[in-house]
Amino acid sequence: MTTYTDPPKESFRLSMLLYDTRYRSMTIQIIALMGFMLLAAWLINNTIQNLAALGKPIQFGFFTDAAGYDINQHLLEYDNQDTHLRASFIGLINTLIVAAMGCVTATIIGVMVGVLRLSRNWLVAKIMTVYVEMFRNIPVLLWIVLSMAILIESLPMPSAFRGEDPAATMKIFDSVALTNRGFYVPEPLFSRSLGDIHLFGQSSLRMDVSLDFLAFLIVLGLSIFAARKVTARAEAIQNATGVRPTTWYINLGIIVIPTMILLIALGFHLGYPELKGFNFSGGIYMRNSLIALWLALSLYTAAFIAEIVRGGILAISHGQTEAAAALGLRQGRIMRLVVLPQALRVIVPPLISQYLNLTKNSSLAIAVGYFDITGTLGGVTMNQTGREMECMLFLMLIYLIISLLISGVMNLYNNRVKLVER
Amino acid sequence: MSEHSFVRTEMLPEQAPPATSIGVIGWMRENLFSGWLNSTLTVLSILFIYYVLSGVIPWTFQSVWNAGSLTECREIMNATWGDTHHACWAVIKDRWLQLLYGFYPPYPAYPSATVSTPPPEGWLPSYFRPNLALILLFVALAPVLFGRVPRQLLVVTAAYPFLMPWLLWGGTLWVPVMTAVGFALLFGIAKYGQSTLGALGSIIAAAVVALVWWLFLSGPVAGLFADIIPIRLPVVESRAFGGFMLSILIGVVAIGISLPIGIVLALGRQSDLMIVKTLCVGFIEFIRGVPLITLLFVASVLLNYFMPPGTNFDIIMRVMIMVTLFASAYMAEVIRGGLAALPKGQYEGADSLGLNYWQAQRLIIMPQALKISIPGIVSTFIGVFKDTTLVSIIGLLDPIGLSQSIRANQEWNGIYWELFAFIALLFFICCFGMSRYSMWLERKLQTGHR
Repeated sequence: MTTYTDPPKESFRLSMLLYDTRYRSMTIQIIALMGFMLLAAWLINNTIQNLAALGKPIQFGFFTDAAGYDINQHLLEYDNQDTHLRASFIGLINTLIVAAMGCVTATIIGVMVGVLRLSRNWLVAKIMTVYVEMFRNIPVLLWIVLSMAILIESLPMPSAFRGEDPAATMKIFDSVALTNRGFYVPEPLFSRSLGDIHLFGQSSLRMDVSLDFLAFLIVLGLSIFAARKVTARAEAIQNATGVRPTTWYINLGIIVIPTMILLIALGFHLGYPELKGFNFSGGIYMRNSLIALWLALSLYTAAFIAEIVRGGILAISHGQTEAAAALGLRQGRIMRLVVLPQALRVIVPPLISQYLNLTKNSSLAIAVGYFDITGTLGGVTMNQTGREMECMLFLMLIYLIISLLISGVMNLYNNRVKLVER
Repeated sequence: MSEHSFVRTEMLPEQAPPATSIGVIGWMRENLFSGWLNSTLTVLSILFIYYVLSGVIPWTFQSVWNAGSLTECREIMNATWGDTHHACWAVIKDRWLQLLYGFYPPYPAYPSATVSTPPPEGWLPSYFRPNLALILLFVALAPVLFGRVPRQLLVVTAAYPFLMPWLLWGGTLWVPVMTAVGFALLFGIAKYGQSTLGALGSIIAAAVVALVWWLFLSGPVAGLFADIIPIRLPVVESRAFGGFMLSILIGVVAIGISLPIGIVLALGRQSDLMIVKTLCVGFIEFIRGVPLITLLFVASVLLNYFMPPGTNFDIIMRVMIMVTLFASAYMAEVIRGGLAALPKGQYEGADSLGLNYWQAQRLIIMPQALKISIPGIVSTFIGVFKDTTLVSIIGLLDPIGLSQSIRANQEWNGIYWELFAFIALLFFICCFGMSRYSMWLERKLQTGHR
């Protein structure tokens, strides 16, 4: 007969912290945490000592002092008596402008190149391969500096446009002037303008928003909304009867006519740049630093986007296309209904991380003297005030927020299109 | 039965395929002129290629190699061809040493000597040092990169991290040797002390002994040896470093160190240990969220604040630290992708064999995860190497920084295509080479299943 005794009582021994897997992970984590906190404390302590020795403890008060420097390209009004905070804000807007412009053009070029690289035409595919390899394997900073050099050295001075027989002429029906100081393009003007609204009073974040522009956006948005309703109705009719009513001209009318009426009512016209004295006035002035940065970032990022698009399209197996064709779908619909939704699931996440890269690379603006957030906050403001610690903290924080916003958008999209798997 | 039969009883001899579907013509019909759209594209492409080549080829090859300034170049061009649309490679001929080595002194012991005016006792310009370091780099990498190379060369690989700084910075040979002895102590005690001290005891003992060696003993011992057997190279200051040498130096250091750190970070991020995981995620997301240029600003203006008062280590070292941290975060994400792509069965299989965590990682998980992530790892390498150009913004003289100063120079003011083409070509060769190597490696390691 066997007797069962209780299992031996466990007593906790110190060595179990290390050799018992139940406690070991806890031990490791606590040691790691302590190590990290010691390191952090050491760094912070050093920093405080060093800053105290230099007589500049961490304070953010300098942000409200007058900046005292000019920013050569600004969308919102700014002068050198504005605060450092205002200058940083203008810089942030400039970063966002060049990032947005770059993302749009990079996507357009990238998609075109990516599709053409898959072309059955051998020559076209090879040209696109050369483009992609050339831009991917050469540093973006070199492209930026080179674009700037090309713009400065090869375009005419504004004074070359003067005189009876000028050495240079404006392009596209005398509306665009390409000079070595920058590009002058026509600006939209409204003769019966609704005026501006002033947001945020006199603070550093103040901005004027044009009501004309706002009205235009609202009307356009409403029209598109209405057009989508019409399409949805056509879809319903098709589902019920099998006959799809023709809607394209209704949609076109709904989108175009109200916006045209609005533009005419507001007295829309273009303001052309004109040569006054030694320089152009009127129109929108885009400095060559902005153009160079935009061009280089777009072309560089486009090479990466092209590879992403190509990979996405190749990832869709041929069977999908054939199955769709077997169902009797036409070429355009196969693309729209079968291939694209699946390819986009592969394409969009890396595409968004390319947008993120482009935004971060826009900080190289400092190499060509475009005043983005790195040029204002991390450049002139930091050098003038000598507040390296505060400026760098603030600068990194802003970039982190931008990155987190963009990756948040990416996660939302990923969750929306995620395949529901077993 | 009719006598007429219309059924052929024997096979016709095989005919050659139509001339339009084979050979060059067939290929061209297939790939270039398969329809009106395709034909239009082909014609447009040919026109485009002609346009580009007709501009680039005469510009490149009808060029001026001997001139002292851009003005002189243009005079020669005008005299020879009647226009100035030609390359002036004289700027490369004039400055190529600078573009490759920065201001690395050719004869460190004689500050006023140059390559063209060597000092009387001049033996060989010290450029042989970076050159030798580069050649040794390839020798050290060969056994790692290619399986067919004899394994004995791994000795060079192990010695390289100590040899390279000595070659570049100079000083006595005994400092790197004594540092290496510290590592030998570390590994020796950790490996052979296990029988007497236990697994944990040996690791702790190894760390303590190595630290004591590095902090207190290696310096005096190195000094002692240096007095007895003086083997030394003339010292070169960090601030003399520049040109393509600097890019390669920062790139190689960052690439070499970021891979192990990246693996550790990726494992940390994938682990079940909550605090370790949080720390790793925080680090990775912070580094990936900010542009490299802000980290370089930190290196140039802030890093000295983080150190105890009075310490001051040189800018190239600070930049290397920041670029390495930057590369590690990206590397960690790439390797994490590889880890996540492994089927769960691999982890469970390793567990069921009774392997512990590190054995499982070393023998089962990492070899597969790293293989999956080769393309990502190499494109991170390429990215880091390209990003080393950013150091020009904080004032280091890498090729781009030098190009700016050459263009600001009175003699070469206004030149840009030639300079940038040269720099771009150097970068292109390195990056393109790396990407081709990764494709080759991927094919070699392909084991059939994806």
